[in-house]
Amino acid sequence: MTADLTRATAAELAARIANREVSAVEVAQAHLDRIGEVDGAVNAFLHVDTEGALNAARKVDEDIAAGAHVGPLAGVPIALKDVLTTEGVPTTVGSKILEGWIPPYDATVTRRLKEAGLVILGKTNMDEFAMGSSTENSAYGPTRNPWDTDRIPGGSGGGSAAALAAFEAPLSIGTDTGGSIRQPGAVTGTVGVKPTYGGVSRYGLVAFSSSLDQAGPCARTVLDAALLHEVIAGYDPMDSTSIDAPVPPVVAAAREGANGDLSGVRVGVVTQFSGEGYQPGVLRSFEAAVAQLKQLGAEVVEVSCPSFDYALPAYYLIAPSEASSNLARFDAMRYGIRVGDDGTRSAEEVMSLTREAGFGPEVKRRIMIGTYALSSGYYDAYYGSAQKVRTLISRDFDAAFATVDVLVSPTTPTTAFPIGERTNDPMAMYKADLCTIPANLAGNAAMSVPSGLSDEDGLPVGLQIMAPALQDHRMYRVAAAYEVARDAALGAPVISGVPQLAGVAR
Amino acid sequence: MTSVHELMDYAEVIERFDPVLGLEVHVELHTNTKMFCGCANVFGGEPNTQVCPVCLGMPGALPALNGKAVESAIRIGLALNCEIAEWCRFARKNYFYPDMPKNFQTSQYDEPIAFNGYLDVTLDDGSLFRVEIERAHMEEDTGKSLHVGGATGRIHGAEHSLLDYNRAGVPLIEIVTKPITGTGERAPEVARAYVTALRDLLKALDVSDVRMDQGSLRCDANVSLMAKDATEFGTRTETKNVNSLRSVERAVRFEMTRQAALLASGGEITQETRHFDESTGSTSSGRTKETAEDYRYFPEPDLVPIAPSREWVEELRGTLPELPWERRKRVQQEWSLTDAELRDLVNAGAVDLVTATVDAGATHAEARSWWVAYLTKEANARGVELAELGITPAQIARVIALVNSGELTNKLAREVVTGVLDGEGEPEAVIEARGLKVVSDDSALEKAVDEALAAQPDVAAKIRDGKVAAAGAIVGAVMKATKGQADAKRVRELIIARCS
Repeated sequence: MTADLTRATAAELAARIANREVSAVEVAQAHLDRIGEVDGAVNAFLHVDTEGALNAARKVDEDIAAGAHVGPLAGVPIALKDVLTTEGVPTTVGSKILEGWIPPYDATVTRRLKEAGLVILGKTNMDEFAMGSSTENSAYGPTRNPWDTDRIPGGSGGGSAAALAAFEAPLSIGTDTGGSIRQPGAVTGTVGVKPTYGGVSRYGLVAFSSSLDQAGPCARTVLDAALLHEVIAGYDPMDSTSIDAPVPPVVAAAREGANGDLSGVRVGVVTQFSGEGYQPGVLRSFEAAVAQLKQLGAEVVEVSCPSFDYALPAYYLIAPSEASSNLARFDAMRYGIRVGDDGTRSAEEVMSLTREAGFGPEVKRRIMIGTYALSSGYYDAYYGSAQKVRTLISRDFDAAFATVDVLVSPTTPTTAFPIGERTNDPMAMYKADLCTIPANLAGNAAMSVPSGLSDEDGLPVGLQIMAPALQDHRMYRVAAAYEVARDAALGAPVISGVPQLAGVAR
Repeated sequence: MTSVHELMDYAEVIERFDPVLGLEVHVELHTNTKMFCGCANVFGGEPNTQVCPVCLGMPGALPALNGKAVESAIRIGLALNCEIAEWCRFARKNYFYPDMPKNFQTSQYDEPIAFNGYLDVTLDDGSLFRVEIERAHMEEDTGKSLHVGGATGRIHGAEHSLLDYNRAGVPLIEIVTKPITGTGERAPEVARAYVTALRDLLKALDVSDVRMDQGSLRCDANVSLMAKDATEFGTRTETKNVNSLRSVERAVRFEMTRQAALLASGGEITQETRHFDESTGSTSSGRTKETAEDYRYFPEPDLVPIAPSREWVEELRGTLPELPWERRKRVQQEWSLTDAELRDLVNAGAVDLVTATVDAGATHAEARSWWVAYLTKEANARGVELAELGITPAQIARVIALVNSGELTNKLAREVVTGVLDGEGEPEAVIEARGLKVVSDDSALEKAVDEALAAQPDVAAKIRDGKVAAAGAIVGAVMKATKGQADAKRVRELIIARCS
């Protein structure tokens, strides 16, 4: 019974809760039990809010019993990346510098989840300040990939992806600055969506890189992701960069796509994302996915986006530049840890000691890169040039979308790599985001959907689908159609291949 | 702490150097809410009570721009004859300081909302001096640090510091002049006149409290000197903590004499921030800008660009009130004032007050006589601005009316006004409480007249002989006897009646 509940999709759970076949409390308890059972092996959660989850579930059960109208995901448990503020519940951003901080306010995403009756189980692990592609940069230990616990679950949102693959939660929220939703989705065999920039409010999302950060839904199915997308998306006056436009009809698109017909849909294969550095099994999985899209009726063409070659270096100037400024506020004056305040030191010294002790090496590296890139005399050469590249990338997307409806590529060049393999090689680590970064720089929508397992190592591979800004529904339609065809070809959903996790108590 | 400065005689400074000024004025807008959040924008208040996640720079919080602040910025720009940007952005100015919650200030950098304007300021002799405006841009204010335990209240030597973030995020407009040259010996006067004109303008626009004492108008004075044969500007200093109009003038003058002495003795000016001391009238060295601070400005990614439509700008232009100099011109014509009369009125800062008093029923001559002649002296004596003296134009107009109706003499009227200034309430309440009614009871006056005539029989005899002019002495005695509460005209009439 419990296994049944934790393996169900969010859509199924919501329906069963609404029909009173099962209570929201039972569903929440089943997931809390599952977390208690396996999270010792996975470390997907930094904080489990048992009491808050059960209270929220109880409220949903009461509302349903009273005959109140509840939303399409009411009572469904969800795991929240620890980068979104939660009133009264710790938020660390995976950093020691915010250890013990209890936010006094909810992020807009958090508020919308609560208002929609979702049951927040807790906060998930992540690379510190969302800087990383493996979750190894968390100050609270790495998250492990449920497919192979010696491997990384991707990052920065490794916790949110691993929680899905470990059946600890049917839904989770991630944030994607350069691929932090999509790459973990790819390497854990789950669905991860980066909505159009401005589609989901960033209010309460602890900023890494303001012009790139975007929260989005993570799920085990395309429809679940779409249902969650519609809960969290929409204009928010608290975020000036949020778009005041109707939410793209992603749920309808996912349902339409599930009919399995992509006739008339033009799909562009990005020629830049192939070749050297790409794992052969990943490329074979990608080619098989493209073949399936053709079988579904899509018209497939190759598209060249030459500026994408410069996306990675541009990203590693823009993101650290913004981060160097965004992270300046962590100075021990108002919140977070304070180091060295023994009555003899100046505020400046305490700031310095706190930042020295509170930030990890990757965060410090990026603050230094960003500080340098913004310095007078270097600004034009670095930050300025990177912004020009950003414009060129947007133009490449515009040109491509003039001829195709969506673009596809592998989500990330390799499958999950072993923990520790790239920790001393930042460049190797950065390359995990090679294919995902352009969509962040241009601000358009992109997602990763599992494309099966790599034939050489049996680990999940992700298919990236990219759509123009505010055309998020296009990629949902393609992804939902592909999902049906893929499961039919494989005989079972990709996620069903996750091995049994050893019962290591948390 | 006090350093002794060699100063050059001012006349010699002017003989040998040309001063160059640059004035940066920060104005706190009096919008209902702060620049980027919904917190109340009110001066004072218990520390850290007007704060929220946004203005405290909490992780995850984002700014949302106050449209009213943009409107005020555009109106200020228009009133300063500036061009209004068709498209502009905020930028982040990055530096660490505990009273700045995000450790960057959201400001404008190379894309200000208003630029290339001018302000014509009236000097003491009534002549106009045009000050060119470089830019007016929007930014947020910082919190306040209170340094405890040091001798000076400055961070140096303090034992600990307290932080109040109530002011953090209050909307500011920074107005920067182009280098002001060609003032010669009038540089200190031009500086004061400029800040005065700006204050009057901002008050007329009703965008700020413009209280220098409360920090809602703050001036930084950049001063440098050029030797008479020089072709380039000299090194400048930036003097802060200039908290009154008079201080602006004093600070500029002091810096000129200090720099001149230093340059004349072969020294060099250090580019630095200096601190003005009200009590000594001198400036002292603050932070030395040994290495130019690198603020690592970049466009603020949390805010979208501002693109005020031309229609909106023109609509705002239509809301500009009569500007102070226009009003002066109008008032001079309407009241047929001489240039000297107008200058006195303007220098006293009394244009608005006199106009309001006239609106309340007085003639402009009566109103000017009160505000310019009498109350200005009172304000000086009490060390406050005329407008903050504590009496309203309506009250003055009522006092004038009482004099005209004979219920008060001029002397009594001044006593009534003193009562109002001393906080005794409305003029009528002062009259009541102090018993300041004109003695108009003829029988009481006749008694006093008889006594006075009896006391000075020789004078009484002269009056009876038809030497009416002699009555003055008796009037004086009667006024003295009635403690000034008699109507002198009536007293004279009674004396003549008694003696005929």
